[in-house]
Amino acid sequence: MNVIVAENLCKSFGSFKAVDRITFEVPQGEIFGFLGANGAGKTTAIRMFCGLSKPTSGKGSVAGFDIWKQPEQIKANIGYLSQKFALYEDLKVWENIRLYAGIYSVPAKEIGPKTDEILHRLGFTSERNTLVSELPLGWKQKLSFSVAVVHDPRIVFLDEPTSGVDPVTRRQFWELIYDAADRGITVFVTTHYMDEAEYCNRVSIMVDGKIEALDTPKKLKEQFEAKNMDEVFHQLARKARRNGA
Amino acid sequence: MLKYLLEKEFKQFFRSRFLPKFVIVFPFVALAIFPLAVNFSIKKISLSVVDNSHSPYSGRLIQKIASSGYFRITTVAADYRQAIESVELDKADIVLEIPPRFEPELVNDRKTGVMISANTVNGMKGGLGSAYLASIMTDFSAEVRSEWIQGAGGEVIAAARIIPTFRYNPHMGYTIYMIPALMVMMLAMVCGFLPALNIVGEKEKGTMEQMNVTPVSKFQFILSKLIPFWIIGFVVLSVCFFVAWLFYGLVPTGHFSTIYLFASVFVLAFSGFGLVISNYANTIQQAMFMMFFVIITFIFLSGLYTPVTSMPDWAQSVSRISPLKYMMQVMRLVYLKGSTFHELVPQFIALSGFAVFFNGWAVWSYRKRG
Repeated sequence: MNVIVAENLCKSFGSFKAVDRITFEVPQGEIFGFLGANGAGKTTAIRMFCGLSKPTSGKGSVAGFDIWKQPEQIKANIGYLSQKFALYEDLKVWENIRLYAGIYSVPAKEIGPKTDEILHRLGFTSERNTLVSELPLGWKQKLSFSVAVVHDPRIVFLDEPTSGVDPVTRRQFWELIYDAADRGITVFVTTHYMDEAEYCNRVSIMVDGKIEALDTPKKLKEQFEAKNMDEVFHQLARKARRNGA
Repeated sequence: MLKYLLEKEFKQFFRSRFLPKFVIVFPFVALAIFPLAVNFSIKKISLSVVDNSHSPYSGRLIQKIASSGYFRITTVAADYRQAIESVELDKADIVLEIPPRFEPELVNDRKTGVMISANTVNGMKGGLGSAYLASIMTDFSAEVRSEWIQGAGGEVIAAARIIPTFRYNPHMGYTIYMIPALMVMMLAMVCGFLPALNIVGEKEKGTMEQMNVTPVSKFQFILSKLIPFWIIGFVVLSVCFFVAWLFYGLVPTGHFSTIYLFASVFVLAFSGFGLVISNYANTIQQAMFMMFFVIITFIFLSGLYTPVTSMPDWAQSVSRISPLKYMMQVMRLVYLKGSTFHELVPQFIALSGFAVFFNGWAVWSYRKRG
C-alpha cells in the first residue's frame, strides 16, 4: 500500500516554480531518501505533504488523506522533524515528550511508560530532568526524532535531520530510523550526506524542482555507472541551473 | 489536548527568569511612582519681580504673591530688561512689573495696573501662571478696597461668593484621578503585549511550525496562549488594588465585582488585539513596533491624560475606536463615583463589541498553512 502519493504536484511562488510536477509513490514501511541540492525544492515539497503549505496544482495524498482537503487528518498521522530544531528549550526532556504525546492524544496512562521507553532507547535515562537547552546538538536531534514518532505515526518526515551532527551520532540516528522502520513507520528523509543515501531503500534526486532520478541506490549506481551515490548526485546536480537558496 | 498545552505554558512562565517578577513588580512600581511624578497642578512658578514703586502697597502685593504657594520669587530685577534676561536664562517663568506710580494711582485714582509677561513655551505653565497671578491681583484689590470702605466708616457690601462643592474627588487630586486609569494600562500591557510577544517568540524559534504540523487546532492553540495571561491579568489587577490601598488608602466606592466583570471583558478584547498583531508580525521587533504604534494612539485617544470631551470634534469621534477609553471611564467611575453596572451599560456594550471584533479577526487571520 502506498502511503505517500504525488501526481504532477506543483508549487509556484509567483513565476518561480519551486516544485515542478513531481510524481512518485512511497509504499508503507519504506525508507525513502529525498535528495537534492540546496534550493532544489525538497523542503517546499515536504511542507506540502505535511499540510503546512497548499500546492499550486496537482494531486497528492498522505496516509490515505488528500493533501488539499484533509490536512488536519494528515497531521494526526504523521511526524515531522524540520531543519530548525523545534523542541521547547525551556522545558525538560520528559516535559517535551509528555507535551507532544499529549498533543497527539496518546492516552494519559501510556505517557509515563512511553517516556521511560524512549529515554531507555536513547540512553538518556539520567537526562530525564535536564532542560533541553543544555543538551548537545546531536542529542537534541535524537530526542527530536523520538518525539516526532512518539505517537507511532504512519509516516515520519525528516528534513535534513543530521546536518551539523557528528559522524558517531549520525550513525546512532540512523539506527533510530531503522528501528522506526522496523515498527512499520514509513520514513521520508532528506539529506546532504551521500553515505546516508546508501542506507535508504529507494532514493529520488531532485534538480530544479523536478525529480530527475528515482530508484534503489544499487540500480541508480548501475544506471549512472557510478562507484557510489556521491558520483550519481554530482552527475545530476551539475545540470542544475538555479543556485542554492 | 488543551490540558497539556496549558501545562506547558505555565511551566514556561514560572521557569522564565523575568516574567513572574515582572507581574508583581511592574504594578507596584507603576502605581507607587508614576502618579506622584505625573502631576498637572502647576506649582513653584518662578517669578521675577520688577518693583518700580517701592511702596508699602507694592510690598504687600509681593508678600501676598509669595505666600500663595504657587510662586517662587527667584529674582528681584532692577528694570524690565534685566527681568527679561532672567527669563531668557530660564531663571524665571513670569515677569511682574509694578509701575512707579502704583501707590498714588491706587490711592488717588482708585485704578491702577501691573504688567504680567509670561514665557509660554510651556503654554500650560505660562497660561495657568498668569491666571493665578491675575486672580491674586483681583483678590488684592478687593482686599484694599474693603479696607478703605471700612476705614471711611462705610458698610461692607457683601458681594456674592461662589463656594463650589467638589464631589467624588473632593480634593481634586490628580493622583486619585490617575490611579484607576493606570490600572487599566497595567491590564492592557499584561494581556495585550505578553501573549502577542509569546506567540511571535514561538514563530522566531520555529516551535510554532512544529505546532502547526500537529493536530492542535487553531482555537486550542490560541486558547492555550490566552488563558494563562487572563489569569495573570487578574493577579496584576488585584496587586493594583492592593497597592492603591496601601499607598493611597484608595478603595473603590463601587463594587469590586463590577470592576472584575468589566476587566474580564476588557482583557478578552485586548488580548484579542494582541493576537491580531501576532498573526501579522514575524519577528518580536515587528510586533513591538506595531504594538507601540497602536497603543500610543489608543492612549492619546483614551483620556488618560486629557479629558476626551475637551478634544476637537474629529478626535472625539476617533476616540471611539480606543477600547482603553471605555475601560478607563469604567474604572474611574466605579472607583471614584461608585457607579453600578446599570449606569455602565454603554461601556459594557462597547467593550463586548471590541472583544468580538478583535477575537473574530484573530481567528480569521490565523493560518495553519501558507
